[in-house]
Amino acid sequence: MAILEVTGLSKHFGELEVIRDISFSLEKGESLAIIGSSGSGKTTLLRCLTALETPDTGVIRVSGDTVFDAAQPRPKGAQARANQLRFGLVFQSFNLFPQYTALKNVTLAAELLAKERADYKANKKRILSEIAEKGRAALESVGLSAKADNYPHQLSGGQQQRVAIARALMLEPDILCFDEPTSALDPELTGEVLNVIRSLADRDTTMLIVTHEMQFARQVADNVLFMDGGVIVEYGKAEDVIGNPREERTRRFLERYSNERYSSNG
Amino acid sequence: MFTPEGAVVLGKLLDGFVLNLQIFVITLIGSLPLGLIIMFGSRSRLGLRVFGRKFRPIRLLTRGFVWVIRGTPLMLQLIFVFYGPGLMGLPPIKSRVTATLVTFVINYAAYFSEIFRGGIDSIPQGQYEAGQVLGMTKRQVFFKVVLLQVVKRVTPSVGNEIITLVKDTSLSRIISVTEILFVADNYTRQGLLWPLFTTAVFFLVFNGLVTLALGRIERKMDYFRA
Repeated sequence: MAILEVTGLSKHFGELEVIRDISFSLEKGESLAIIGSSGSGKTTLLRCLTALETPDTGVIRVSGDTVFDAAQPRPKGAQARANQLRFGLVFQSFNLFPQYTALKNVTLAAELLAKERADYKANKKRILSEIAEKGRAALESVGLSAKADNYPHQLSGGQQQRVAIARALMLEPDILCFDEPTSALDPELTGEVLNVIRSLADRDTTMLIVTHEMQFARQVADNVLFMDGGVIVEYGKAEDVIGNPREERTRRFLERYSNERYSSNG
Repeated sequence: MFTPEGAVVLGKLLDGFVLNLQIFVITLIGSLPLGLIIMFGSRSRLGLRVFGRKFRPIRLLTRGFVWVIRGTPLMLQLIFVFYGPGLMGLPPIKSRVTATLVTFVINYAAYFSEIFRGGIDSIPQGQYEAGQVLGMTKRQVFFKVVLLQVVKRVTPSVGNEIITLVKDTSLSRIISVTEILFVADNYTRQGLLWPLFTTAVFFLVFNGLVTLALGRIERKMDYFRA
């Protein structure tokens, strides 16, 4: 069974239909790259999945459980948050909490969730030290053990984004989503973030990655989904879609993309 | 000034200034939380659609209220609160200091509410979204993520208001509260001029202390950028 099944997802802002009738599925351990020019709806799709936007139509299922159904009343409170935690999201602009250290950024949400446990009061000390331990391990997995006590403004953009990845991993989401994770970074800092994502793919983390890094998508993603004008134009194995696209629109996009790349490098 | 009579005058000025300080402290304690409540009102999204337009009664009322309070002189508001009820045939307010406190708390709360609103609106949407995707409740996002960033951002503006408040306490002389300028003015009428100029020292010294305290608060939040 697919870990994620999306059926007939649509979303409009005012008159503009940003995504239209999107359906796809994702297997456990699979990494799927979503590519397309800006305005193609790929970020909106990600924001619909992570409940930052409410789709107009469609159904989202995770491991067979319906986490969103436009035809049903919206779940509220604890159920909504439980659904929320099925997905992790790494933002383009990191969105770390500036007043907390790297470690606290990673552990804060887990600490707040732990307060709802029935045994929290009795085992507070042990629970918090376990969370701190886990937070340090998460930072270590992105290569930032040494920066645990630094505040976000003391870190480079690449380091901040790695903290943000650790923060998302901490809650063990079923599906980890990335919204153009390297777009806000200086070119020389993208490598360290991409390497972290690559290592997650090697460990079979289920991931949805909205990206402009075609080479990276080709190397790391199992499958690629190309969007244009709010619809899925092409879907298939990464090397097929990027290396040998079937659709004319995909071909044009990749051509334009490599031209831009070329001219910006030259 | 440095005569036994001078010492008596200074004592009277000090008595007056104690009243200024009392008004200052109570106004501050009352208006900061009230300002927070007014701010929530002026950001309220509660409402309904009327002929395709969004109508938000709570927001409309609070913003109208803030407009009136900020749009009229504080001195006039003092006169209105103290003499108004009596003129309208209602039971008059007996205590001049109470009338002053009521006016000041409301007036300063209106200003603080706008400063707080600006502070909250300046926090990037991404902070709320990051909290949401991490499974935090709206309450947790506000108190654990947003609030301290807002406090840091508004401290300089709030500090400005606080220093203005120290001096504004003297406006209460318009309804004959015997604060420091009222006391000094009485001496001026008797031909004794130095007490009036000496009041400046009281304000300067106290505002110096306020400035130091504000600086300390700002430095406490220097460890992060927001």
